[in-house]
Amino acid sequence: MDIQTLLLYISLFIALFFEVFLLITYLEVYDELSFEEKHIGTNIEKFPSVTIIVPCLNEERTIQKTLKSLLHLDYPKDKLSIITVDDGSTDGTLRKLNGFKKHPQISVLSKKNGGKHTALNLALEKINSDLVGCLDADSFVNPETLRKIIPFFDDPSVMAVTPSIKVHEPKSILQYAQKIEYSWGIFLRRMLSSIGALYVTPGPFSIFRTRVFKELGDYRHGHHTEDMELALRMQKNHYKIVNSHMAHVYTSTPAQLPALYKQRVRWTYGFLNNAIDYREMFFNKKYGHIGMFILPIATSSIFSTLYIIGKVFWANLMRVYDFFVRIQTIGFDLDISRLSFDWFFFNTGIVPFLTLSVTMLSLLLLYLAIKLAEGKVRFSKGILYYLVFYVFIVPLWLTKAVLNTIFKKQISWR
Amino acid sequence: MVDSRKYIIAFVITTVIFGTAIFVSNLLNQKKLEDVRSIENRVALDILSSETQFALLEETSCRDIGPGFLSKELGSLGEKLSYAENQTEFNTEDIEYLKRFYFLLEIKDYLLMKRLTKKCSIEPTFILYFYSTKDACEDCERVGYVLTALRDKYPDLRVYSFDYHFDVEAINTLVSIYKVKPDLPALIINGETYYGFHSVEELEEIVPSLKELIIRAKAV
Repeated sequence: MDIQTLLLYISLFIALFFEVFLLITYLEVYDELSFEEKHIGTNIEKFPSVTIIVPCLNEERTIQKTLKSLLHLDYPKDKLSIITVDDGSTDGTLRKLNGFKKHPQISVLSKKNGGKHTALNLALEKINSDLVGCLDADSFVNPETLRKIIPFFDDPSVMAVTPSIKVHEPKSILQYAQKIEYSWGIFLRRMLSSIGALYVTPGPFSIFRTRVFKELGDYRHGHHTEDMELALRMQKNHYKIVNSHMAHVYTSTPAQLPALYKQRVRWTYGFLNNAIDYREMFFNKKYGHIGMFILPIATSSIFSTLYIIGKVFWANLMRVYDFFVRIQTIGFDLDISRLSFDWFFFNTGIVPFLTLSVTMLSLLLLYLAIKLAEGKVRFSKGILYYLVFYVFIVPLWLTKAVLNTIFKKQISWR
Repeated sequence: MVDSRKYIIAFVITTVIFGTAIFVSNLLNQKKLEDVRSIENRVALDILSSETQFALLEETSCRDIGPGFLSKELGSLGEKLSYAENQTEFNTEDIEYLKRFYFLLEIKDYLLMKRLTKKCSIEPTFILYFYSTKDACEDCERVGYVLTALRDKYPDLRVYSFDYHFDVEAINTLVSIYKVKPDLPALIINGETYYGFHSVEELEEIVPSLKELIIRAKAV
């Protein structure tokens, strides 16, 4: 067996193993999920005080809607305060923020541009509530979102709760595809939550105990992914992070490919570089599932995805090349009567069967993911877009992020 | 603390799926090899039958030789072997054995065809084709397309293809009889050797009797 075939087998085995692992986890937490869906947030006895920080940089189009969604949260007014921080916007964001200045729940801060983590840290200095959260200025919450998060803090060991992030009003093909991708993300985060292996506390509406920042320090730059850095720092210090899949947050997603590409390069680059910074967690029993399994597999999946897609792409390119050579040699002669469907010529190798198994399991998991995120499954164009386009576009940002990491090239936020 | 039980269960399930994929694939590939083997046996029987018939020719006339005199399956056998050869899953030793058998069958069929054309004064309609799988040979691939197209067009055309570097004494003998240089692809038509790429049209020019094949086929 040559090294390429061996690599392919290993990649497929790992992919299959991860899918089976997720499926087992899903079956394990099935009752828990049903309970959360029916009862979570319906009977809160004690409402802790909460501060939500909204960092903004040139968000004049969405900031008002974001703040209004926060003000509509079904939560005691005296227990909820909002701090907005303008991080040196050059558009009308600050003007829009000042319009809310008189609101008793909202305070407005303004500073020179220094990056999202500096804006969050400025607000953290002023906080003395029990809990603190962040909401990106392009995201919106449902009235019940906070109520679906608070009960998780009844467990004193829980230090942070992450929400389910959904796509806000998809319009473009890419946004419909992202909607399905986000459903997959909701499923994955809920599964990772149950094994204590969440490695991101997303910018849109992750809620922390305020003491987390007092004990572990402020937000850091984290290679432009401060939410990933903070989560890994918490995991390293054995601070428990859980996910509430019923707490829905809606975020504006890139409508066009260049913006999506840039965002995903940043995410992947951030993951790889934070993984390097926290490399001592890898294969370290002390960190449980996240150290022994999730971080290694998340890192290796970037490379195996590139390898598998690269290989499939190359094989198909060769097939197209052969087809053209054939046409060039003997001309185009499609005689259906000569086409034979002899099973002999179907590829019955091991790889096609393994690929089929991985694909079937992926589709099953996608079905479960959409069911978990949307409550029901119906075939939508988003599924088609996701299945068709993502295969082609994911390698683009993975490659760029890997290259930037190898050559230590910085990336930009926008 | 990591719950290793879940990992073990996941590992066992994954291994079972993996094992099933390997098992099913091996089973089907074995079936394919058996398929090739049984075609080879049928071709061998066809040749034996033709040889016997030919031996009887002394007592009969050329008219008694019908269109099914030579084995029809040699072409499809070649296609299947060439497909299997490009698949990594097949056992190389099995494929080598089947290829060796196939080349020998081709040579036997070729000799029979040659004797037949001489005896019955038929225009020869066969091509000997030497290709290489050892070195990159782009023209071999293109000539392969041309010969397949020709065979599709003239089902009675017999193309005998040989892997130039394959270790079979009989192929080496053919190479030395026709003095085939390793400048592949090489085609031998009516005793003449042609090197390099030749299009369908060029080969139709070289083998004028091809046209007769169609007329003969229509008459039958």
